[in-house]
Amino acid sequence: MRERLVIALAAIAALLLAYNLYHIFLVLPDEAAQGAIYRIIFFHVPAAITAFTGFFVTLVLSIMYLISGNLRYDSLAASVTEVGVVFACVNLVTGMIWARIIWGIWWTWDARLTSMLVCVLIYSGYLMLRRAIDEPTQRARLSAALSIFGFADVILVWKSIQWFRTQHPSPVLSIRTGGGNIDPAMEHMLYLNFLAILMIAAALVLVRTRQETMAREIDSLRRLANAA
Amino acid sequence: MLLSAMDTRNFTFMFYGFLAAWLIVLIYIVSLARRGARLKKELEQVRNLVSSKHP
Repeated sequence: MRERLVIALAAIAALLLAYNLYHIFLVLPDEAAQGAIYRIIFFHVPAAITAFTGFFVTLVLSIMYLISGNLRYDSLAASVTEVGVVFACVNLVTGMIWARIIWGIWWTWDARLTSMLVCVLIYSGYLMLRRAIDEPTQRARLSAALSIFGFADVILVWKSIQWFRTQHPSPVLSIRTGGGNIDPAMEHMLYLNFLAILMIAAALVLVRTRQETMAREIDSLRRLANAA
Repeated sequence: MLLSAMDTRNFTFMFYGFLAAWLIVLIYIVSLARRGARLKKELEQVRNLVSSKHP
């Protein structure tokens, strides 16, 4: 059942991506000042929103684990975080490549870029913490606490371009600005590509969760073998 | 919709951006597949170990 769902998600995402890429390269108009490079936005922004969606889901799952003590929430939170970190890295790297052309520099320590880097470091720390602790309950409790505190940085990343004067462009999505900062056709494509990337992320989370279940089974069987 | 001829300014860096994005995802998928295979093997070994201790 899970394998079928993964295949279905991946297939729909691939079809949607093919449709999106055709429109991104051949249908959408060029951006007047930036040339072809502006098209990076169609992966840069959706990758960030996918990562933030993942970190929000991790926050909810961590709270649910702390309330219920059910390790399934912890496993799911770990899977979602790992996939979230991958897409946060995609966001950072594509942003740097865009910046090299538009700003003339790969990196600047402004509030948006720095808080996003800190975000990647916090959630990478979450994954490293999990490797460092063997006892499942202690690992789950500390991971949940870290992800709850870590989410504060996600809010900082999201709001940084409104709270601080940054080199990073101001918000463009109409849900934040009320409209007028981006061509509606380009914004529509941003949401469509977010959907495709979110489906890829969901498929990866399903695969990763299966692995977490296997790891838990190995752990409990080892304990059983050692107890004998 | 009108098909547009793409402005090719900065095309190389746009290509690098797309390549980097998919490369990161691809590397993760490969690492996920390798980890899955290792876990499957490990689970089989531990199951055999337990069944030999608890026949």
